[in-house]
Amino acid sequence: MKLLTGNDLVTGDVIWWTGSGWSRHVEEAGDVGDQGEPIALAEEGARRVNGPVIIDATMTPDGPRPAHIKDRIRALGPTVRPDLTLKPADPNAGSWVI
Amino acid sequence: MYKYDEYDQSMVDARVEEFRDQVQRRLAGQMTEDQFKPLRLMNGLYLQLHAYMLRVAVPYGTLDSRQMRMLAHVARKYDRGYGHFTTRQNIQFNWIKLADTPDILAELATVEMHAIQTSGNCIRNISSDQFAGAAADEVTDPRPWAELLRQWSTFHPEFTYLPRKFKIAVIAAPEDRAAMRLHDIGIELTERDGRLGAKIFVGGGMGRTPMISHEIRDFIGADDLLSYLEACLRVYNRYGRRDNIYKARIKILLHEIGADEYRRQVEEEFVAVKALGLDPPAAELERITAMFAPPPLTAEPVELDRSDPDFAVWLDQNVRPHKQPGHAIVTISLKLIGGIPGDASADQIDVMADLAERYSADELRVTHAQNIVLPHVAQADLPAIWQALTETGLAEANLDLISDIIACPGLDYCALANARSIPVAQKIATRFADLGRQRELGELKLKISGCINACGHHHAGHIGILGVDRKGTENFQLLLGGSGAEDVSLGKITGPGFSEDGVVDAIERVTDKYLEVRESGERFLDTYRRVGMEPFKEAIYG
Repeated sequence: MKLLTGNDLVTGDVIWWTGSGWSRHVEEAGDVGDQGEPIALAEEGARRVNGPVIIDATMTPDGPRPAHIKDRIRALGPTVRPDLTLKPADPNAGSWVI
Repeated sequence: MYKYDEYDQSMVDARVEEFRDQVQRRLAGQMTEDQFKPLRLMNGLYLQLHAYMLRVAVPYGTLDSRQMRMLAHVARKYDRGYGHFTTRQNIQFNWIKLADTPDILAELATVEMHAIQTSGNCIRNISSDQFAGAAADEVTDPRPWAELLRQWSTFHPEFTYLPRKFKIAVIAAPEDRAAMRLHDIGIELTERDGRLGAKIFVGGGMGRTPMISHEIRDFIGADDLLSYLEACLRVYNRYGRRDNIYKARIKILLHEIGADEYRRQVEEEFVAVKALGLDPPAAELERITAMFAPPPLTAEPVELDRSDPDFAVWLDQNVRPHKQPGHAIVTISLKLIGGIPGDASADQIDVMADLAERYSADELRVTHAQNIVLPHVAQADLPAIWQALTETGLAEANLDLISDIIACPGLDYCALANARSIPVAQKIATRFADLGRQRELGELKLKISGCINACGHHHAGHIGILGVDRKGTENFQLLLGGSGAEDVSLGKITGPGFSEDGVVDAIERVTDKYLEVRESGERFLDTYRRVGMEPFKEAIYG
């Protein structure tokens, strides 16, 4: 599957296209298929995303997981600071990243 | 320390307001990212893996307690409570919001700080010896010259759009504590016949094509220095490759045309430049130099009580002689075992600021090895400083030992990285946590980069590690034999790379071999240079 991701223009947060908007949680990302580029163009033009890119991912029972390690680290946060990730209270939150 | 005059302050203030307007226009949709990106980079604002990153300049690594407290304030108010001190003596904040950036820069400007020259193809923040003004072996304090170069290079109209970024280091001692020979231009201030001048080295650098600089001039008088540097930059600006980003650094130009031809052109250009009258009048140099006058250091030498073994080890490892008897130079290690090299919390930054204000003539330095220096400490105050550092978790006595690791942010933060540096550093430091074992190994500089851009200086490590991406998996190459000091050399790759755990095991085999074959008084690097790569390869790969 293909995911559309980028950074929030104002905050810099990593965001994922859900099919109808943007989420900080990769679990809520939707498959953009071959529609990634026009969506990226429109959303960038509307200043809702900065630096949009289309990436490869696989669907798992826990939701989409990016194929490349760099995107998996983007999805959760730095592996060396669990307290700064999106799920600081979950000690196993990063088990799928590395 | 240098204090801004009205021109400095008005330039920085104007830059803040200019950027505030640019940010507003970007947020209002009046600029695209392609238009905005070079403007934000000129103000130190990158877009990294998780957020915007702001790199704040610490000119020649020198700052006072007021500035240090401002960094803590920025970390608390605008970031997530910490900062990362870098290998270019700067600091980075990893979680910045675009909309906050003008306010951050405005707050920094109130304490004479900014983010100018921390990105872009300009002359970057000038780096220098962290012991400047305190080292017993220096011929002069290099910082007035570094400050002069800062003023010359900031907003220099010819050198704002160079073929590529440009890094200059200035030292004034035979011991190179600033990796001077691995800069685009390295300046070693020296004296000849009682006259101050400089040796000029050009074309060094790390990155994907590491090179040691060439000596281009064995002596240029101090009163010609600025003109000579202008000539060096002009020749580069004229002929540096703009068609290929990977061949755009000055080291490639020197490699392609040869040091002799480059020198010939610089000398020719120097004649023309000298006639322009760029070199500052003596009064301006005196004005700058006066601001770096040594602080009044009047303490008498004392015999310290070394009965506490932890204190004694810290004294031996992290404290160096000061040129003024009765005083010492303290290096605060930001390399806690299992910690993140170069990171400091806002509270720790405040503690270091307090210590500087109370005990170190209000001065701190950032080192290229990602540590902090208190340069002017009375020997009698060392126990109190050590006690305060111990209470803050900053008394790690590992300066220049295997756990004093330089590491770039790597794939945990950096958009360019291919592999994570920090976890490797943490695992190595933990493996060698025993301080007795580290001291048995002696001076051993270990440096880790998460990609070939070499921000972690892996080419210059006695042991270097380069993280690469091998089909989507992190892989780590091991290098041996590098040095960024006066005995400069580039490390060589041992052979096939390793997994994260594998590279830690490989390093242990390397250090075991070193202990087996070293001769009396040899550092790891000395042994490597004597016996060569083969015994270590045999130990690593069998």
